[in-house]
Amino acid sequence: MADATPRPRPKPFSIPRQPMPEQPPQVRVGNFREVPFGLTPDLAILEASRCIQCKNPQCVKGCPVSVQIPEFIDLVARGKFVEAARKIKETNALPAVCGRVCPQEEQCEMPCVLGKKGEPVAIGRLERFVADFERVTGNVEVPGIAAPTGKRVAVVGAGPAGLTVAGDLVQLGHDVTIFEALHKAGGVLMYGIPEFRLPKEIVQAEVEYIRKMGAKLECNAVIGKSITIDELLNEEGFDAVFVGTGAGLPYFMNIPGENLIGVYSANEYLTRANLMKAYRFPEADTPLNKAMNVAVVGGGNVAMDAARTAKRMGADHVYLVYRRSKKEMPARVEEVHHAEEEGIEFHLLTNPITYHGDDEARVTSVECQKMELGEPDASGRRRPVAMKGSEFKLPVDTVIVSIGNGANPLVPSTTPGLDTNKWGNILADQETGKTSKKGVFAGGDIVIGAATVILAMGAGRKAAAAMHEYLKTGAW
Amino acid sequence: MFPILETKEIAKNVYLQRILAPRVAKKRKAGQFLVLRRTDDGERIPLTIVSSDAGEGTVTIIFQAVGKSTTEFARMKTGDAYLDVVGPLGLATHIEKFGTVVGIGGGIGAAPLLPIATAIKEAGNRLLSIVGARTKDLLILEDEMRAVSDEIVVTTDDGSYAKKGFVTTALQEFIDRGEKIGLCIAIGPVPMMRAVAEVTRPHGIRTMVSLNPIMVDATGMCGACRVSVGGTTKFVCVDGPEFDGHQVDFKELVMRNRAYLREEKVAMERIEHKDGKCMGGAAVPAGGGN
Repeated sequence: MADATPRPRPKPFSIPRQPMPEQPPQVRVGNFREVPFGLTPDLAILEASRCIQCKNPQCVKGCPVSVQIPEFIDLVARGKFVEAARKIKETNALPAVCGRVCPQEEQCEMPCVLGKKGEPVAIGRLERFVADFERVTGNVEVPGIAAPTGKRVAVVGAGPAGLTVAGDLVQLGHDVTIFEALHKAGGVLMYGIPEFRLPKEIVQAEVEYIRKMGAKLECNAVIGKSITIDELLNEEGFDAVFVGTGAGLPYFMNIPGENLIGVYSANEYLTRANLMKAYRFPEADTPLNKAMNVAVVGGGNVAMDAARTAKRMGADHVYLVYRRSKKEMPARVEEVHHAEEEGIEFHLLTNPITYHGDDEARVTSVECQKMELGEPDASGRRRPVAMKGSEFKLPVDTVIVSIGNGANPLVPSTTPGLDTNKWGNILADQETGKTSKKGVFAGGDIVIGAATVILAMGAGRKAAAAMHEYLKTGAW
Repeated sequence: MFPILETKEIAKNVYLQRILAPRVAKKRKAGQFLVLRRTDDGERIPLTIVSSDAGEGTVTIIFQAVGKSTTEFARMKTGDAYLDVVGPLGLATHIEKFGTVVGIGGGIGAAPLLPIATAIKEAGNRLLSIVGARTKDLLILEDEMRAVSDEIVVTTDDGSYAKKGFVTTALQEFIDRGEKIGLCIAIGPVPMMRAVAEVTRPHGIRTMVSLNPIMVDATGMCGACRVSVGGTTKFVCVDGPEFDGHQVDFKELVMRNRAYLREEKVAMERIEHKDGKCMGGAAVPAGGGN
């Protein structure tokens, strides 16, 4: 510990979990600004002092990148916020992002001892607080970088997995270039997660941090099209490649009317709104159709993001159409709660079967069917079964299909010797990220299918370690 | 940044630009396209690559200034630069020995046709070309197409130049004189491509068309560009842009390309207002490209 004097320990449970101030729902649906304001320094110290500093901290085991949680919280409790941020950054290059979008309630906060009898320490909020404090006070500093190894690494995809790999390997002295297909780095953090949940300025600050560490960034480079993996290895002189291209292939339901105007994939809707800034149209060029009544199909975090974005884009009614019950929703409880607060109207146990349109081929309604839950399916969740004669129509002018994403085929289809499974996900060792092709590693959604930011970062961390080993020894 | 080395108006409101984009130039094959963005608030505009010079590291595009973005592109000068150039995107044209090939370019469609026609000819095919435009002022690439064709027919709808009539009339004449056509490639406005497909269908002539739907990322991520081909949904950006013209649902494509007419009008009015003058020109969907 930085300070030898022990700080006074509070009695466990004597202080309640501190709430994070946020914009009231009726205000925030009218803007794209971030919903929570974040903790104040006083609240952060109070919250941090709740931590009882377990000898065998379970929280760390719940974190996919093993952030030294008790240590950083102790620093917060002592008011050493910048030091706390740097403690986190020893194992996590993107704390401001993770503090916002990690599902802490099922990771670090779930095993927290305090949670057994009361509420767990708000680890995520503290992480967010210290990362923001470090940034806004201008205290971000590049950590020490190892001597150059002379090895060159190509990272394909500047999303959470790729940025983590880049950050780790550049710190170990490797020469890292990140290739990004879109015009801005960040991947799903830029195109997918909305501004009101993760301000893009913060994403760019995190990207800038990794660049300042020495990683090069080349945007507008579509690996598989502009350059192939083989060319990176054989012509451009890279010694190893990490593929973190994500889950970028939107699924549709293949039901009648799905190609009507106004039916979007969540990827398209969110990309227009976030990356292309359609909420600023016409100052920004990319438009979204003005919608009054929106149906979002799906029950995951992306569905919640799409629904809440549609509300902010000015829709009167946003319906969330999900075929199972609330209990089975894959979205985080907090996201569901925020969506409900903002007036998203849930149609649970409901499934779309047909979209109807007008003579301009614009969608005018979605025909739905009520469902009931039957026996559990492969996912362990009860399978929804259609109820005959329960069909009804919802009048809508926009539909956002948010039922998941498959693996983007651009890299696998242009890389001989890179094996995939039947869904197109790259086959890679869970512990090392090693693929079937020598020198090529992979991790994140392209390997495990659409998951979370932190799982992709966890995979990136493991792959980076294995890549470092490979670059040192050349042993595959 | 991707600087413009050359820009010129080659027909009324039709512009040619040569842009420095070495990675794209090196990899690009006939039939592929790129995506351009001018400013940080700009939309991603897909345009066919007409030609490239890997040695010089340049790509050449030809576009019509119809919407807000293409109007702004047209105003860029030599030495100005695009913020983003991405590519090459889409699948390259499948080139083989087909025998006699008819290549049809309608209006601005002659631009994407030229590289394909060149590759077709280089593969040892006999190339019969039809290049058409509404009127003489809009006709482009006649000489360039003539140079790669065994025979060329030029048409204008209004008879202001060359043969009066539609490209389909000229196509019908090739068929009527007994040409054994192994492949027909038609690129142009959607109604033209649909009309060509209807002319070739009864004769069982294989017909490929190159589609220009609205796109956003153009890497298969968003699905904005989906079209129905033979009853199956395809993403033009990664599965195309070329498809069997007898299988494409053109009606759906026409409708989908109108998705943002209202928004495009708003955007155009803004730049006209800023200019204090009327630019004229029909509104086209944002991101309509090609």
